[in-house]
Amino acid sequence: MIDSKIIEVNNLIKDYSMGKQFFRALNGVNLSVNTGDFCGLVGPSGSGKTTLLNIIGALDNPTGGDAIVMDKSVNSLNHKEAAKLRNESIGFIFQTYNLLPVYTVFENVEFPLLLLKKNKTEREESVMRALEWVGLTDKANSKPNQLSGGESQRVAVARAMVKIPRIVLADEPTANLDAANSHNILKTMQRLNLELKTTFIFATHDEKVIGYLRRKVMLNDGKVIDDINLS
Amino acid sequence: MFLLKLALRNITHAGLRTWLNVIVLSLAFVSIVLTEGLYDGMSEQVRDAEIDSNVGGGQFWQKKYDPFDPFSFEISHSEIPSDLNKEIERGNASPVLIVSAAIFPRHIIQSVRLKGIDPDQKIVNLPASILKEHSDTTSIPGFIGFRMAKSAGLHAGDYVSARWRNIKGTFDAGDIKIIKVIDINSPLIDKDQIWVPLEKLRKIMQAPGQASIIIVHKGITKIHTSSRDWVFKDRNFLLKDLNENINRKKVYSTFFYVILIGMALLAVFDTQVLSIFKRRKEMGTLMALGMTKWNVIVLFAIEGCLAGILAFIAGSLYGFPLLSYLANKGIILPRMIQQSQFAIGLTLYPKYGLRLYIVTSLILFVSVIVVSFLPTRRITKLKPTDALRGK
Repeated sequence: MIDSKIIEVNNLIKDYSMGKQFFRALNGVNLSVNTGDFCGLVGPSGSGKTTLLNIIGALDNPTGGDAIVMDKSVNSLNHKEAAKLRNESIGFIFQTYNLLPVYTVFENVEFPLLLLKKNKTEREESVMRALEWVGLTDKANSKPNQLSGGESQRVAVARAMVKIPRIVLADEPTANLDAANSHNILKTMQRLNLELKTTFIFATHDEKVIGYLRRKVMLNDGKVIDDINLS
Repeated sequence: MFLLKLALRNITHAGLRTWLNVIVLSLAFVSIVLTEGLYDGMSEQVRDAEIDSNVGGGQFWQKKYDPFDPFSFEISHSEIPSDLNKEIERGNASPVLIVSAAIFPRHIIQSVRLKGIDPDQKIVNLPASILKEHSDTTSIPGFIGFRMAKSAGLHAGDYVSARWRNIKGTFDAGDIKIIKVIDINSPLIDKDQIWVPLEKLRKIMQAPGQASIIIVHKGITKIHTSSRDWVFKDRNFLLKDLNENINRKKVYSTFFYVILIGMALLAVFDTQVLSIFKRRKEMGTLMALGMTKWNVIVLFAIEGCLAGILAFIAGSLYGFPLLSYLANKGIILPRMIQQSQFAIGLTLYPKYGLRLYIVTSLILFVSVIVVSFLPTRRITKLKPTDALRGK
């Protein structure tokens, strides 16, 4: 599995309409990501990092070109197929954690497994294992509003990892965290990447994140301007 | 099933948001059942009161008798035919003689009807036997209802002068002693009426053995007579005006019913619309985690419906004892309401049928489903990427 192509992006274009005009967020992006990559889309705000991540995650459709994720063209997926792809194979980590406020930590992490219709025993085992990965077993019954920013993001990592997805897409995962928490989170993700061979793609301009990357894809004005292997 | 579990988890975890919704809905549910129960109870009580105290199982009217034409009273009485007399002797009917008269309370002339009733009758719910307690032969004993007492300014023990014309057309006069002022539920047998002993009235009218109407026992709906001078008016005919009046008021009740349901639905709609605006980020997250738009729509719609079910359960928990208590103990009415055109009585007993309970529950439940679903259609237009940003 290692080094086999898991994502391929060909001449990807994404336009957003702004009244009568269009804003081109991606302008012919070409990129391929291998299984087990720990790579970052790096660039200034507005360079197209999040847009590219959303298209790879089948949350958005490109205006032109194609993104092939696990041999499936994102363009050709309907809502249901896109949801299935996200549900089964992709984990998301967001800058603002996006934990479900009325659920406990355990229930938040359990949620993707409920969507996958796993049985109760399997869910409990997987959730506790995921919480162990991020060191939050003692917070299983806490609500998100009782957690610090670092803890919340660790819950988000556990939620993304609990189903052991093929790909994790992390959009500015450390933007709201202090240095210590950022390193903690990144080390956890790095360890999971190595242990579980999960492909991690970050959208970031945080130097701390860049320090952990094994591959850095530089974006500017919707174009890939450099692709550096750091390993 | 999975979405149901999630929705259940969402609303049980949502705390105040859920409970506010449930409280408003359950209050509407209990209020609707109570209002309808009050109305149904009132309608039934009014009908029963009319039947008990006035209509009975129907009435024979002397063929010229017209209750709306006081001038007809002079000619609308005649001897009771023998077949009806037999029914009266058997205790199946009771005659009433009705005479136009004028009284002079507070030195003002007032038109009234003198109604002769048998003090031993057990056909209608009127305390006619109190007329037997009067021993003064110089006056005519009589009892009146509180409406009559109020309009004429009369009290128990008062004497009032009365003038009438006997069947020969001769004016005659005498004093009536008010033995008692009683609570008569039906205004139809209260206002401008004085109840006197039948035989006494026959005597002063020089109309022995005569009557204007014969009230049939409420357990008997039809008695036959061969006489063509007497016409049977059944209960439907006698209650026609009352039923029309009740049906007219039913329109107001329905209006109130719709307003209460509308308020409940507005609460659900408002919560749903607010949820869809406030929980956009959550929707985006759910979609990112692998839910389809349709799943999210169904989830939110189920949440709304579950609020309806919870409201029904909560409403039943506190509403059932409350409504049962009111149905058993009744609601004491102010005198002002008793003086209205309806024969409500001192206490109003709400009446809740199973039909009312089921129909109200179903209407509310179906409406909640529709109202819960309507705002969720906006989700179909929602882009996951915008939702994730809370846009």
